[in-house]
Amino acid sequence: MALDMRESIGADFSGDTAPPGPRVRRLPKWLGPHLGRALVGAVGGYALGHFLGNSIASGYENVQGNGQNDVATVLALSIGVVGWLVGAGMLDYPVAKIFGREPLPPTPSKSWTRYFGPALDHKIIGLQYTVVVLLFFFTGGLLAMAIRTELLSPTNHLLGPGTYISVVSEHGTIMMMMASSIVIGPLGNWLVPLMIGSRRMAFPRVESFSLWIFAAGYLVILTALPLGGFPTGWTGYAPLQTQATAGMDAYLVGFAVIGIGMICAGFNLLATIINYRAPGMTWDRVPIFVWSVLATGALLTLATPTLVAAGLFGVLDRTAQTAFYVNEHGGSSFLWENLFWFFGHPEVYIMALPGFGIVAEIMPVFTRKPLFGYRIAAAGMIGVSLLSFFVWQHHLFQSGINPDMRPLFMLTTELISIPTGFIFLNTMGTLWKAKIRYEVPMLFALAMSFNFLIGGISGVFLSDVPVDVTVHGGFFVLAHFHYTIMGGLVFAFFGGLYFWLPKMTGKTMSERLGKWHFWTMFIFFNFTFFPLFLVGLLGQPRRVFEYAQNLQTLNDISSVSAFCLGASFIIFVVNFVWSMFIDPKPASRNPWNSRGLEWQTPMPVPPYNFTRIPVVLADPYHYGQADAREVADLGPRTLALTGAVASEAPSAVGSHETTGEEGSGDPRPPIA
Amino acid sequence: MSQGTETHHFRRLITIWVVLAVALDLVFYFAVGPHVPPGKMTSSASGAQFDFTVLFLIALPVMVAVWVYWAYALIVWRGSRAGAMEPEGGPKARGHLGIQVGWIATTTVIVLGVFIFGTLELIVPAGAGGGEGPTPIWTPTSHDVLPVQVIGQQWAWTYRYPTFGGFESRQLMLPVDTTVEFHVTSLDVIHSFWAYQLGVKADANPSQDNIAFTTTEQLGQFTVRCSELCGLWHGAMYNFGRVVSKAQFFVWAQSTQRQSAVNTKLLPPFSYTYVPDANGADGGLYPDNVDPYSKVQQYGATSPSK
Amino acid sequence: MGRGGRLVIVGVLFGVAVGLVVFTVMAFIRSSPPTVDFTTGHQAGAPVDLTVQTVGSIGFGPHPTWVSYLTETPGGQWVHTTLWDLPAHTRINVTVLQYDGGSPLRNQHWGEVEGTIGGDAVLNGKTFQVIDSNSGNGVGHTFAIPTLGISVPLYADNGNANLCAVAPCTVKSPHNLVKFSFMTPGPGDYPWQCFVPCGLGYLYGNGGPMSTVGYMGGFLKVVA
Repeated sequence: MALDMRESIGADFSGDTAPPGPRVRRLPKWLGPHLGRALVGAVGGYALGHFLGNSIASGYENVQGNGQNDVATVLALSIGVVGWLVGAGMLDYPVAKIFGREPLPPTPSKSWTRYFGPALDHKIIGLQYTVVVLLFFFTGGLLAMAIRTELLSPTNHLLGPGTYISVVSEHGTIMMMMASSIVIGPLGNWLVPLMIGSRRMAFPRVESFSLWIFAAGYLVILTALPLGGFPTGWTGYAPLQTQATAGMDAYLVGFAVIGIGMICAGFNLLATIINYRAPGMTWDRVPIFVWSVLATGALLTLATPTLVAAGLFGVLDRTAQTAFYVNEHGGSSFLWENLFWFFGHPEVYIMALPGFGIVAEIMPVFTRKPLFGYRIAAAGMIGVSLLSFFVWQHHLFQSGINPDMRPLFMLTTELISIPTGFIFLNTMGTLWKAKIRYEVPMLFALAMSFNFLIGGISGVFLSDVPVDVTVHGGFFVLAHFHYTIMGGLVFAFFGGLYFWLPKMTGKTMSERLGKWHFWTMFIFFNFTFFPLFLVGLLGQPRRVFEYAQNLQTLNDISSVSAFCLGASFIIFVVNFVWSMFIDPKPASRNPWNSRGLEWQTPMPVPPYNFTRIPVVLADPYHYGQADAREVADLGPRTLALTGAVASEAPSAVGSHETTGEEGSGDPRPPIA
Repeated sequence: MSQGTETHHFRRLITIWVVLAVALDLVFYFAVGPHVPPGKMTSSASGAQFDFTVLFLIALPVMVAVWVYWAYALIVWRGSRAGAMEPEGGPKARGHLGIQVGWIATTTVIVLGVFIFGTLELIVPAGAGGGEGPTPIWTPTSHDVLPVQVIGQQWAWTYRYPTFGGFESRQLMLPVDTTVEFHVTSLDVIHSFWAYQLGVKADANPSQDNIAFTTTEQLGQFTVRCSELCGLWHGAMYNFGRVVSKAQFFVWAQSTQRQSAVNTKLLPPFSYTYVPDANGADGGLYPDNVDPYSKVQQYGATSPSK
Repeated sequence: MGRGGRLVIVGVLFGVAVGLVVFTVMAFIRSSPPTVDFTTGHQAGAPVDLTVQTVGSIGFGPHPTWVSYLTETPGGQWVHTTLWDLPAHTRINVTVLQYDGGSPLRNQHWGEVEGTIGGDAVLNGKTFQVIDSNSGNGVGHTFAIPTLGISVPLYADNGNANLCAVAPCTVKSPHNLVKFSFMTPGPGDYPWQCFVPCGLGYLYGNGGPMSTVGYMGGFLKVVA
């Protein structure tokens, strides 16, 4: 039986014609792999795991003593995740291959249902990721509202202390899990193949798998709440982790699951960027966003396995009574700290780098100037990625590490601020003598830079060991990472969403609501987190439900602003839901007049992106040049390949928008 | 012509920056400087205050430079401004060797300078109050050293004074003008001993000795809080301590020693680490082969040398 | 599907989401154990009698194997809670019925009575200031309010005796009677806990009941 190689060689796959060969028998659509079947699989797997765990471990002495069967919980969650993946159709291809059958390609579908099942098209996966990431973000945000409500008063308590630390832990864990994929998932997957002129990702099924397991991780970490919550914060420090009640298993399994998804997404993106660049896309023509994804992909692939291993040790300690993290029986409480932070520090650069990439990608479009210092930007991102493996002990300065190590890690931490600072060189240089358009994506990019400056500089204070004695473990470090991760990455993500959603969905978001969203989010974000620097300097530790009376005013300013910040997202949700679902207005092909290759495709973007692999002629930053070439030769559009393709061909080609403003600079006639 | 405008913009920016940076630095130094946390109660607190001030005085011009540039650029080069010129692209707009090299050089110099400053401030004044593990890099030169063991347990701090018979107390009193050697350890999970006004922070790890030094300089009350999440009552794990005169301290220490003499005899002999039972009072998790406060020191715990 | 239809679908989904959030919030807020009120009908200046018991296993509820405290209401009923409303600046006479076995203390410091009126407590009629937890039956639990400096060790029953295994226990089961008094300060919430790591089957014994309000930790809510 010949293999159908048409997918691999990029040949046209119109989707309306059935592949040749005997009629394939498929399950009816409602039984086919989709979200509903995934939920059924998850519930079934959970029940099966629970039952297995009970039959294995109910007789254990400690299980009888504490009435808590961690083996059952871990097995329930793990087998539940497997059931979820089976239900989503992730195992269809490997199982078919194992039994020597030809796997069925997914039924091509043009209806809205294609977003609820497994997909091979990276654009569908990117949109699926967008929804899951936003769900994660808003869940974590609601928990943050609960935290700030509790911290309104140092003495009147809304939540019990156990509930409060469970809420804090859940908020932190959900946000960190979400933030590790907030840009790579939606925007990385959607944009990277288009930006490099590829028709697909290197491993489309792995990409789909990474999405479904990411969604599974969300469900797993949510089950921590009904299981009783976990008391360790997102850092999960060791002996407390082993001591905790059942919710801790959800944390460990959840992180392992998300970690596997991160590793898959990472190497998929790396392989795609390295191998699938279109002809002519040399390394110095690769868009800066793709550079940031490359640097992030390396971190995802290399750092996350440490977390998965550390989580496995934790699970073994809690279920099999091993003693990896227990001092008194041969292990070490330092082991988790070091394994976690060896992952944890690259993790925060996984979060920062894509934000830099988005900002560097957006700014040239709205300043109509090339990106200043492109090579330095790319080198900086690679430099950050490399150096990020050498700084993790700065989270452990006072934990009793060898004191000779402290100046070393102080040096590496301070050195990493040099490549991190390049993003400021790039953005400042791009603004020089530009012509700045203040549209919503540009506003978010500028705000990201503003916030990241404060966040980054506060990092220098933390890296200085004597000052760290005062500021570690308190609200100063909390404000630092909220400024860098939320102020940096989340602002950049929203900027990227506003920028690319017209391309991703073909619908425009309201500019007016976007500006309202931006200003309320920016102002209230700063009013929420800036007082927390002061609160930390004045001595309030993290994760406490009681604090000194004299800090109440600052905490209240922060809390009230936090409520307003939460409300600002309502504006975004209304805008998003209205513009995308209720009353969509079609977007023009290139509303921002960008020279990027992803904007040169027709609208809607065809399933395989380009009718012919483009030949790249220049990088996408040739703004302000009268004689600039177009970014790529996308090939003749008027050739009739098949009827379906010809009807999708656009009428204008080249890198300029005939109805847009001046500035992109290429008045040549379209290629015939 | 464009050359002229370039230097024109540049000169304006530099002028605004210099004026603002100097002004803000002076305001910070004189108005805020004396009040920078954590205060002057001990040598490590004063050191932390000094370090923070120096770092802020360096950081402020850097931030002001970026802010001034942004404000200038966002106003002067906005597209909606009347007479806004078309930007020039091309190689000149893509990079400028002088600026790039200058930026890298300047940031490297600042960063290395901050590093050298931080290292000196860390090593010279006795570890700056941070926990240094069981083998600190600096040992006290003075003979007037008071060792205090800080025991963290879920969820309270207790303090043992080995030079006063090893009594254990919930109160932390310290004499002024004395070098204090904190030995921080835990009996269960990881805690962190943070004496805010003393400028001391050291993690309490089970079966580990984490040493932090400070020299008290002023009288006053200080707050001790746990700064590593340790379970349900982490937020309630705090107490107040006092730095008192040496005479008052001796009176307190000796009277407490007398009053708790009965219980002190029942405590295990003073040790820098203890090996608590990982099972808890009722047992059941691990094989029960380690008694609470086992007299046999296991797994590398050191015995007291004093 | 028209705009109206899409609006309806979005509205329904939004309603479901809001419903889930409200449900979760209510579940959290209502998951607290009840508070026993000792302030209603209390005359200023009169002492308050607080009677509690400690049991080796509560025998009911979501965690039947967990140790726990229980509180007797002024009306004489035993309630599974550790939250009390107490009047400020009042003498509280505490009676503890200790129905559980015990062990040596991890930190014998907690074998000392601290912060009570008179600096001592009464065990089965005899006054004591220190219990040596390494001898006899050991210490079963402690009653401690760390922020007020109060701590009282509660002597254990013989582990081999037929100890009460389902709360609430009655005086027919083997027990020790501990009495002591302390003064409440001004209004506020004061956490209290046990310092014996009595969470069976948890690492270092401090998980489970030790880490859950309603079992081995709670709040004194002192009201003016």
